[in-house]
Amino acid sequence: MDLSILLVLVQDGIVNGAIYGLLALALVIVFTVTRIIWVPIGEFVSFGALTLAMLEAGQMPGTVALTALLGLGAAAARLWAARARLTPAGVARCLLTALLPAGLAALLAWACLAWGAPQPLRILAALAIVTPMAPFLYDTLYRPMAGASVLVLLIASVALHLALQGLGLIFFGAEGSRTESLADSLLEIGPLLVTGQSLIILAVTLVLIAALALFFGHTLLGKALRATAVNRLGARLVAIPPALCGHVAFTLAGGIAALGGILISATTTLYYDTGFLIALKGFVAAVIGGLASYPLAALGALLIGLVESFAAFNASAFKEVLVFMIIIPVLLWRSWRMPAALDEGEE
Amino acid sequence: MSAPLLAAAALHVAYDGILAVQEVHLAVPAGRIVTILGPNGAGKSSLLNALMGVVPCAGCVTFAGHDLAAEGVEARVAMGLSLVPEKRELFSSMSVEDNLRLGRFRLRRGAGGEAALKKIFAMFPRLEERRHQQAGTLSGGERQMLAMGRALMGEPRLLMLDEPSLGLAPLVVRDILEAVARLRDAGVSILLVEQNARAALRIADYGYVLEGGRVVMEGPPATLQADGRIIESYLGFRAAEPA
Repeated sequence: MDLSILLVLVQDGIVNGAIYGLLALALVIVFTVTRIIWVPIGEFVSFGALTLAMLEAGQMPGTVALTALLGLGAAAARLWAARARLTPAGVARCLLTALLPAGLAALLAWACLAWGAPQPLRILAALAIVTPMAPFLYDTLYRPMAGASVLVLLIASVALHLALQGLGLIFFGAEGSRTESLADSLLEIGPLLVTGQSLIILAVTLVLIAALALFFGHTLLGKALRATAVNRLGARLVAIPPALCGHVAFTLAGGIAALGGILISATTTLYYDTGFLIALKGFVAAVIGGLASYPLAALGALLIGLVESFAAFNASAFKEVLVFMIIIPVLLWRSWRMPAALDEGEE
Repeated sequence: MSAPLLAAAALHVAYDGILAVQEVHLAVPAGRIVTILGPNGAGKSSLLNALMGVVPCAGCVTFAGHDLAAEGVEARVAMGLSLVPEKRELFSSMSVEDNLRLGRFRLRRGAGGEAALKKIFAMFPRLEERRHQQAGTLSGGERQMLAMGRALMGEPRLLMLDEPSLGLAPLVVRDILEAVARLRDAGVSILLVEQNARAALRIADYGYVLEGGRVVMEGPPATLQADGRIIESYLGFRAAEPA
């Protein structure tokens, strides 16, 4: 292996690691705030990428209808949750917060198709279509079972993953798609060829991480989410609404996952079920961080990206096996060093 | 006397079919300190948690004339109830100031946050010295002050304190209980659960003695202190009193 190959592999590893890192952060946010291991995050990766691909192809993606339907479901669930004390303003808020995003998504999709739109606008439309599904699913599925154990919530997540993956096959078919790159330029740095898209992926990842750090470190809402993650009972006693935290956590995670899918769909072909595999690697990274530590999860993601790219070059048949084998020493080390870390959310 | 701020009638709390609190009647008048005394495992904490809505209970609880049966923790906080639990339940990896500000999350859209923070720092100057320190690194007394401060940031009408003196040095206990007495004078009603009966009765206006989940005696502090049988069995005065 000469230097140029090494550099290409490292570059590949870092770019993929950035995507895994984003997913790992999203998984940690959702788990610490709501105790939900959010398996269907992979479907959001696929949905984001394939929705964009369909918009590019000039077709109406099926995800628009799904978002609208889930919006209705979420509105109904919110009204039901608030049934004890319904005021006209409360009813209006329940309906608006659920129906407005769904309406906006449909409008954007329609506008993109009717008038044709530049790529950034289509990306925005794809995000607006896919992201609201996450809080809607929280309202309709997770919130009514908020008191359940971590295991029950995980089983619900697996069921939801299977359902969404089936819907993905219906919406997008079995063929894979790629999307247009935002920057086709190639940058030459010494022996290294850097694609514009990989620079965009890195830049977006870094900006997102900085934005998340600002949100969690310097806004009251972000601190409220952290407080809920640190001490659930304490958060209840100061009346931080669990539903508000759930909505914010799921919106962040859904948006991050959809954006991750959109970003890599310009570098590789995505199928309706590819997202799950990508999310699994994000999950391994999150586990390296004990499903609690953001920096460790990000480092883990980088490690996974690098292992994957070197494995793909040296032993491509074992690429996935090698990546997922990382989890075994990590779990051994974690259970040996800090046996309680993973159980914190269970009390 | 006018109607009490908080009233519980025929309150029962059960865990897995085992009764922790049975048939408790209790009233907290506005602007008073009411204390609940009793030995370990008497059901004192269960009683407070039930009043706060953290654990389910049977019976009737009213606050300022409203029936609380259908209200969750969040709604009870909004009505002006606040609980400082026995384990404090602080946000340990966050700063003292963040803990306090989050105590006002319910009122976040209103003004007065800075003034409220100043009031807490005036009441517990130690917290101001440590405002940027992580809550998890505080001493036991500081943690109790922070827990009380966080609860007070939400401007409660009734503050429920679960064993505020637990594990604290006598001097710190005195400070905390003095602060509780000042709060009462400032118009906050207090429901104080204590094992340290002597200290609690010094500031309380009324007391209940709980044993095996039942109220076995109630009355003003003078009455409770005068009852030799109660003192010996539950309050441990004799053991604590130097001969």
